[in-house]
This record gives sequence, structure tokens and C-alpha cells, in this order.
Amino acid sequence: MGATGTRARPRRGKTAAGGTPEMVQLLTPDGKRIPTARDSYGTEYTVDFTDDEYRGLYRDMVVVRRLDAEAEALQRQGELGIWASLQGQEAAQVGSGRALEPQDMAFPTYREHGVLYCRGIDPIMPLGLFRGVDQGGWDPNKFKFNMYTIVIGAQALHATGYAMGITQDGKVGGADSEAVIAYFGDGATSQGDVNEAFIWASVYHAPIVFFCQNNQYAISEPIERQTRVPLYQRAGGFGFKGIRVDGNDVLASYAVTKAALEQARRGEGPTLVEAYTYRMGAHTTSDDPTRYRLASELEEWRAKDPIARLRTFLSEQQLADEAFFTEVDESAKAASQELRERVLALPDPAPSQMFDHVYPHGSPEVDAQRREFEAYAASFEGGAH
Amino acid sequence: MATENLTLGKALNLGLRRAMEDDPKVIMMGEDIGKLGGVFRITDGLQKDFGDDRVIDTPLAESGIIGTAIGMAIRGYRPVCEIQFDGFVYPAYDQIVSQVAKMHYRSQGAVRIPIVIRIPFGGGIGAVEHHSESPEAYFAHTAGLKVVSCANPTDAYWMIQQAIASDDPIVFLEPKRRYWEKGDVDTAAPATDAYPLHAARVARSGTDCTVLAYGPMVRVALDAATAAEEDGRALEVIDLRTLSPLDLGPAYESVKRTGRCVVVHEAPVNLGLGSEVAARITEQCFYSLESPVLRVGGFDTPYPASRLEEEYLPDLDRVLDAVDRTFGW
Repeated sequence: MGATGTRARPRRGKTAAGGTPEMVQLLTPDGKRIPTARDSYGTEYTVDFTDDEYRGLYRDMVVVRRLDAEAEALQRQGELGIWASLQGQEAAQVGSGRALEPQDMAFPTYREHGVLYCRGIDPIMPLGLFRGVDQGGWDPNKFKFNMYTIVIGAQALHATGYAMGITQDGKVGGADSEAVIAYFGDGATSQGDVNEAFIWASVYHAPIVFFCQNNQYAISEPIERQTRVPLYQRAGGFGFKGIRVDGNDVLASYAVTKAALEQARRGEGPTLVEAYTYRMGAHTTSDDPTRYRLASELEEWRAKDPIARLRTFLSEQQLADEAFFTEVDESAKAASQELRERVLALPDPAPSQMFDHVYPHGSPEVDAQRREFEAYAASFEGGAH
Repeated sequence: MATENLTLGKALNLGLRRAMEDDPKVIMMGEDIGKLGGVFRITDGLQKDFGDDRVIDTPLAESGIIGTAIGMAIRGYRPVCEIQFDGFVYPAYDQIVSQVAKMHYRSQGAVRIPIVIRIPFGGGIGAVEHHSESPEAYFAHTAGLKVVSCANPTDAYWMIQQAIASDDPIVFLEPKRRYWEKGDVDTAAPATDAYPLHAARVARSGTDCTVLAYGPMVRVALDAATAAEEDGRALEVIDLRTLSPLDLGPAYESVKRTGRCVVVHEAPVNLGLGSEVAARITEQCFYSLESPVLRVGGFDTPYPASRLEEEYLPDLDRVLDAVDRTFGW
């Protein structure tokens, strides 16, 4: 330490609480609908949902949160090795997830349970990964939703390469056009791979949307440890648009993502969407957020809860009544109970399964080790166990 | 027969060309591989003939090359990535070992990543640092990757095509100091049976000591065998060709006859491929061995300044010295 002891420290800005003028928002924290909103480029956004669609978004978010809570409870009871909760990020995930067309491909991190749900994947799938019975069991090509990627930011490059392949296949600009969405968090923007993905996407004009959920923390490190400029502004330096959206606003998250995907499909290149949000829980069940953030900050964000604001809107607009909300809660509860029962019933994998799928064309060494292992296991009384 | 006398570099070029002709999903990605044809000209002329969307000059970032190739592979392409020099592969190391190697496994077989990662490797060309390294052990240690190295023009021509046709992710090591050495290549031979990708090859038969080598050291081993002949010793030289998985069947068979074995590579000896080979030969041929399996390799130093590389690199004398020592037990 220098003699003065007055080393400059980055300060938490006010932006976390109040949003910024450039942040696209269509539904205020107290549930008021904003008819249209503009981004800093002047592009106008709105949504035109049917009553059913509004209710559907609410249902999605409630179910996703309930399933997430169940998974966290299962971890606390020792049934999952670890869990990465999405609580607080439901609007960003359901909004962007519902904006995807069936042909669009998504590349998630390990926290995109809400997007996974929107892709029609059985919600038990990620629980196998976190319980340790498999490494994620869905077929990425079938559901157009890639495997969870645990190395931070690695998937941004995979998504970009996939998007380059779309261009190569001539699937931009036409009726059968496709786009890619790459998910990552604020911490990932510090990774070389994410910056390289920005460069590749830009120079090859790839049909991709980079969807950054800025949930303010990379485990314990606040956003000030990742950047000195608002993340969405990074895009400008790479040569494409960056848009900040209120990530706790499902309508704006939907509208901005949909517009960015359409732009990509039209052949107008990449967009970075920064969904400004907050992770209400821990990074994973292994850390303790009370060590690195204040209770007051949590309360500040609780007032901006994505589900509560949509519920207020639905009530005030008389799009839904108490009976609807009760029914949604009950069906979410039933879904979570079913999830719990199925998780507890997940069988352990057969031991020799560890030798499966190391190589598409096999390997004499791995095959020999499998035979030795199986013979060894069989030599015990009762066979392989 | 359509035999052509080709350098190893030209044989690779022809092999790449043929792979691109055979399968429109084959694409090349790398730095300077388009107009320039690569710093060693291995991709010379390919962009001109196949277009810049199949021979892609990439930004200068190795992790980006491999990472985007993964996405292309998921999309159904067969990317062939060129890493300009061995010592530049490390920025891509995470994408190679954590993603390329594991996606098939992680997806329980649903995803295939048929990527070939071409790396000109090894020393002997008087280059500056990071241009002469032998990183094979890093990759051979990673399950899910296959690692191969060609040693002559015929193998270069066929092995690169087989690697591209394979759904396995393959690290393809090219012995850069041999790029300019010529040999007859039968470009019309049926590839699959005549030149299997994952099989060692007896490069020279002998009865007195088995010398195992791969890539640039095969030539050194063969030269040592010629020299040893003058001393009345017949060395059997085996080109391993495939470093992961290892095909040591021919080596076991050979060592059981000769009773002696020397493993040669350029990489540092400590925890190098020779250690694995020596251990396995000891296990399989213990009662046939007349002496311990010896290793000849680079020293456990960073690759030195080029004026010292002749001291660093195993040469004919060091191989012959090791052979002599196997007779000293």
C-alpha cells in the first residue's frame, strides 16, 4: 500500500438501481406497459401479444422459477451435486427463448434452464448433469439447443462457427433463413473466446445474436471487475450493434431478441444484446452471496422482480384473475413434484458406460480397458456392482 | 499406377485437394492459408480453386479458429484447421482438449466433431522460438482426440485424406523439416486397406534392435539403420504413425524377436511419448528383453536458440549410441 492509502477503487454506479436511458423497457417494475421503446440507435420496439400469449409468458416464468427452486432444494438435500440457479433471470431467458424460431440454434451456458424449457426439452435433462448421472442428455441437433458449456465463453465461438455455417448453407435472407443465439454472462465478456467470437462474427457478418445476461456478478466479482464501460457498448468497437434491454422485463427481452434475430436472418449481421438483470441467488449452490453483496442490493432488485411485474400488469389489465394465478401456481407445483420424483428415480449409469462414446470410431486402447474393467468388475461376487 | 515423385508438402497439398473434391463439406480454416497458401504453402492454390468460403483466411486468433470450427462441425461441415506453428497451438488448447475432444462423449454420441487440426511440428529449420516444438504428448494424453504424424510423402498424401474422412477429431502433426523431402507417391492406390490411418508401419526390417520413431525422426532412424549396417547390426525401424491410439502390435512382435528397443522423438524425454511406449513394451515383452528400453529425445529444456538445435535434436549418432548401450547389458 502507498503511503497515502487512497488508492482509487471502482465504485458501484447508480445504473444498477435505476437503469439507463438507453435501456429498452416495455414493462416497468410496477407493471405499467410502455407502448413503445427505442434503443440508442433509434430503433423502435413494441410487442403485440394476444391475451393468451401474455398469460403464456407468465406461466413459463412461474414454472421455470418453481422448477429451479425445486432443483435448488434437491441440491440442499444432497440429491444434486451442485445447482446453478437462474432465479431473477426468468424474463431474460423466457423472453429471448420465446423469440427464437424453431429453426434457430441456441448455444447456452450451464444456467439457461429457462431457455432449455422454451426449446421443449424435458426439464429433467439438466438435472442429470448436476446429479452426475450423465453429462447432459438431450440431442443438441434435435432440439436446436446445444449442450450446456461449463468453460466460460467457449460456446460463443461454437455459436459463431455454426452461424458461419448457416451463411455457407445459404440460409440467410430467404424464406428458410436461420439464426443463432449465444448465451453468456457478464464475466464471460472478459474471456478471449468471447472477444474472438465478436471479431469472427463481425468480419464474417454471421447471423448471430450474442445474448449477454449481465446479472451483475461473476461468482463474487462485481461487474466493475469485468468492465469500465457498459457491456452493450463493447459491440460498437467490433463493428455491430449493442443494445441494452431490461432483462427483468419479459416483453422487452422478447422484442429486442426477436428483432435482433430477424436482422440476423435477413443477413444484416450480428447484434449484442445485454440483458440487464440480477442473479437473485448464489452463482451456484457452492457459494455464499452474503459474503460479497449487501442485503439492500438484493431488496432493490427484488422490487424489480420479473414475475411480479407481469402479474401486476395482467391483473390491472384484467387479462388474468386470481383463479388463473392459483391454477398456474398449482400446475407449477405439480410439475416440480413430478420433477422431484423423477430425479430421485434416476438410475445410476452402468459403470462400463464411462467407456461409451469416447470416439465415434472406437479406440483399441479404450476398448481393451473396457474389457479389462468389465472382467475385473465381474470377478466380484454379484457382478458389476 | 499413377506414381508421382512429390515432396511431402506437395503430397499434403494434393491430399487436401482431393479431400475437398471428394466432399463439399470439407473446408479449410487458418491464418494465411488462402491467397498466400499458408506459410509453408501446404494449402497453395486451394482458395483459388475452391473459393474463399471453403478455404477461409481467418483472423489471427487460434482459439477462434478451433472454436468456430467446432460450430461448423456441429453444422455438418468437416473443418481442417491449420495452426501455423506448433508453438502457437496453446491459445487454442482449451478449445481442443475441453471442447473438440469431449463433445462426442458429453453428448453421448449425438454430436460428432470431425475436425482435423494440422500442425507443422518439430525443429530443424533454424526458426526462432515457438516455431520448433513437439506438443504431441499434450494431445495424446487427452481422451477423445486422436493424434497421428506422417513421415513420408506417401503417408502424407493418404493419411491426411483418411484423417479428414474420419469422424474422429484428429491432431495431424506434419514434420515440417521434411516438407521438402521427396518420395514416390502412388496416388491411385486404394486408400483404405493399403494405408490404414491407425497402424504402425515397419519402415525397415532388421533382427538386432528395434528402433521406434515417428514424424521427423523416422528419417533419422532409417539413416541410423543404414549406418549400423556397416557395423554389422541390422536395426528394425518402425514408424509409429499413430500416437494416440498407439499401435504397438508390430513393436511388440519386433521386440520379441530383437530383444532390444530404442524409442526416438524430438520432444523432451520427461513424460514424453517414449515413456509410455517404453512402459508398454516392458509390460508386454518383459521376458524377451535383453536390456531396458531406452529413450532418445530432446532435452528437458525449452527448445533452444536455433544455433544449438543440432545439439538438441536427436541425430544419427545419438540413436546409434543408444543402440550400442542396449548391447551393453
